[in-house]
Amino acid sequence: MSDFEPGDQASIASVTDRVHPVAIGAAVTAIHFLGDRAAFVGAEESVALVDGEGDISRVTVHGGGILCTASDGARIAMGGDDGKLAELNSKGEVAVLATDPKRRWIDNVALHPDGAVAWSAGKTAFVRSGRSEDKTFDMPSTVGGLAFAPKGLRVAVAHYNGVTLWFPNMAAHPEFLEWAGSHLGVVFSPDNKFLVTTMHEPALHGWRLADNRHMRMSGYPGRVKSMSWSAGGKSLATSGADAVIVWPFASKDGPMGKEPAMLAPLQARVTVVACHPKQDILAAGYSDGTILMVRLEDGAEILVRRNGTAEVAALAWNAKGTLLAFAAEDGEAGLLPL
Amino acid sequence: MPSSTPQKIPVTVLTGYLGAGKTTLLNRILSENHGKKYAVIVNEFGEIGIDNDLIIGADEEVFEMNNGCICCTVRGDLVRILDGLMKRKGKFDAIIVETTGLADPAPVAQTFFVDEDVQKNARLDAVVTVADAKWLSDRLKDAPEAKNQIAFADVIVLNKTDLVSKAELTEVEARIRGINPYAKLHRTERCKVKLSDVLERGAFDLDRILDIEPDFLEAGQDHDQHDHEHHDHGHHHGHDGHGHGGLKHYHDEEMQSLALRTDKPLDPTKFMPWLQNLVASEGQKILRSKGILAFSDDDDRYVFQGVHMMLEGDHQRKWKEGEPRESRLVFIGRELPEQIIRDGFESCITS
Repeated sequence: MSDFEPGDQASIASVTDRVHPVAIGAAVTAIHFLGDRAAFVGAEESVALVDGEGDISRVTVHGGGILCTASDGARIAMGGDDGKLAELNSKGEVAVLATDPKRRWIDNVALHPDGAVAWSAGKTAFVRSGRSEDKTFDMPSTVGGLAFAPKGLRVAVAHYNGVTLWFPNMAAHPEFLEWAGSHLGVVFSPDNKFLVTTMHEPALHGWRLADNRHMRMSGYPGRVKSMSWSAGGKSLATSGADAVIVWPFASKDGPMGKEPAMLAPLQARVTVVACHPKQDILAAGYSDGTILMVRLEDGAEILVRRNGTAEVAALAWNAKGTLLAFAAEDGEAGLLPL
Repeated sequence: MPSSTPQKIPVTVLTGYLGAGKTTLLNRILSENHGKKYAVIVNEFGEIGIDNDLIIGADEEVFEMNNGCICCTVRGDLVRILDGLMKRKGKFDAIIVETTGLADPAPVAQTFFVDEDVQKNARLDAVVTVADAKWLSDRLKDAPEAKNQIAFADVIVLNKTDLVSKAELTEVEARIRGINPYAKLHRTERCKVKLSDVLERGAFDLDRILDIEPDFLEAGQDHDQHDHEHHDHGHHHGHDGHGHGGLKHYHDEEMQSLALRTDKPLDPTKFMPWLQNLVASEGQKILRSKGILAFSDDDDRYVFQGVHMMLEGDHQRKWKEGEPRESRLVFIGRELPEQIIRDGFESCITS
């Protein structure tokens, strides 16, 4: 019984004994759920599909490193250093969506719920939607991140010194949101009111899209690499600090002039966060291998995985919120049914 | 702490003015049978006539860090590429970054200081500069990039020596030494240098760099102890030129180096603030700084290195039995405020 180990805080509830361990055996870069199967996307070459029984089937998707992934729940799109954009569906079938003629790395990918896909190689962003021809757009500098707006066919392209909002099917000029520095990840809020980027320096930058008002979210000790909107989009949970930093987005001003909540502080850096799809709960993975479930309301914690291993690389909930999947950098993974 | 610190991958930065022979050297590195696999980040695809899925094209995108420090520029593309390469850890032994002939090496070097992910996974092994023996002297006059590349170098491959006379070679070598007396210098034809002399040097470990004291800077003092590196390459002293073992002694008007040394221990409570203030106020002028330090009441050697305003340092190892506990520092830069640096350093010596 791990609960009796000396030094363990008696107050914290633990569900570690309910975790089904999964041995992926290779570094994992992301996890997505395809139906009831958890897809552990490897850092290189293959995806391991794991069902509820813990049975693993492996599918080769790339001829090299897998640089980026996106999923809409029905499929996973992945870009590789082999210059290919590949897709894996819930049956485990692989299709190559695009091949870069110069074999450039596919650095970023995004999926739209209606089936459109966006990707980038170097400075060029691409969008494929419906049956029309692929649209391309050359940015002034390398694309750092891509995101589809929740409504309409609009793509946010993060790059140096700001974000370009591109409407691939309209002749209108793209809108440019300027902010000095290198912008990497980018997300729209689920209500389409805010746009947030992760920056190369340890900070987020945001814009209120109604008036492009700036929001600076800084104070992190390390770069923010993981962001997750809570159910309903009322808050944005982020990695990068020794606690989960949760910015409030419920009011019309977003986090402007407000302090973020700092939940589940540990003596380790938060590396990845994933909010529950329905309830105000999040899962947080740390650099020492710890995984906690945290209630947003009061910060109450439940231990999912103990520390003392490689850092947590990926976390994901299934759509119903009944399964939590995780993987550490060394390929040790697990599934937690709730 | 679990001992999960993975081995950092050594990165060699390959610079050199247009036409000096970088591509020749790269092709040799990629084609020779040395049992190692290199990932190579190049600025021009196609120049390399070798098919290798670990050759990656880069864009040389330099951006300023938003930290209020105007010389804090990093290579954004390099951050991205190194991050992507780490997905393929185990598929290669080392990384080579080729810069364009016109590039300033500072942003590349600084990328290894500023970016936490890069720092975690990779370490800058050495800046290797390929220089054209025939044209370097001219380029040093008219191309500031060429001068920067020499100043930044840990290793200089002086190429095309077959195209110049002995006198011209002495001249160009003296010009190089006038800017950077600390780099290891190899004279080559068609970049025929032992690859072990340019790759995986551990130059940024400092250990070796400061052991190789340039004889003409240390004339008169313990001259005999030195490892006269560049003598291995058919260089003979004793012809004209003044002083210090025979090399012509040029002072570059703009770029200088400054060596400091003391056998008295330094006071860490004085030295560290002094060094930090120095690079904060004069960092734009200081291209490179390196040092091995002996602090009072400290049995460990402390080593540091810096690029412009960025510094990193750490306790390296115990002083060995019988090893002289000397502190040695080197600054290479433009218009260095020599007297200010010397006086400041003196004030950090424990009396």
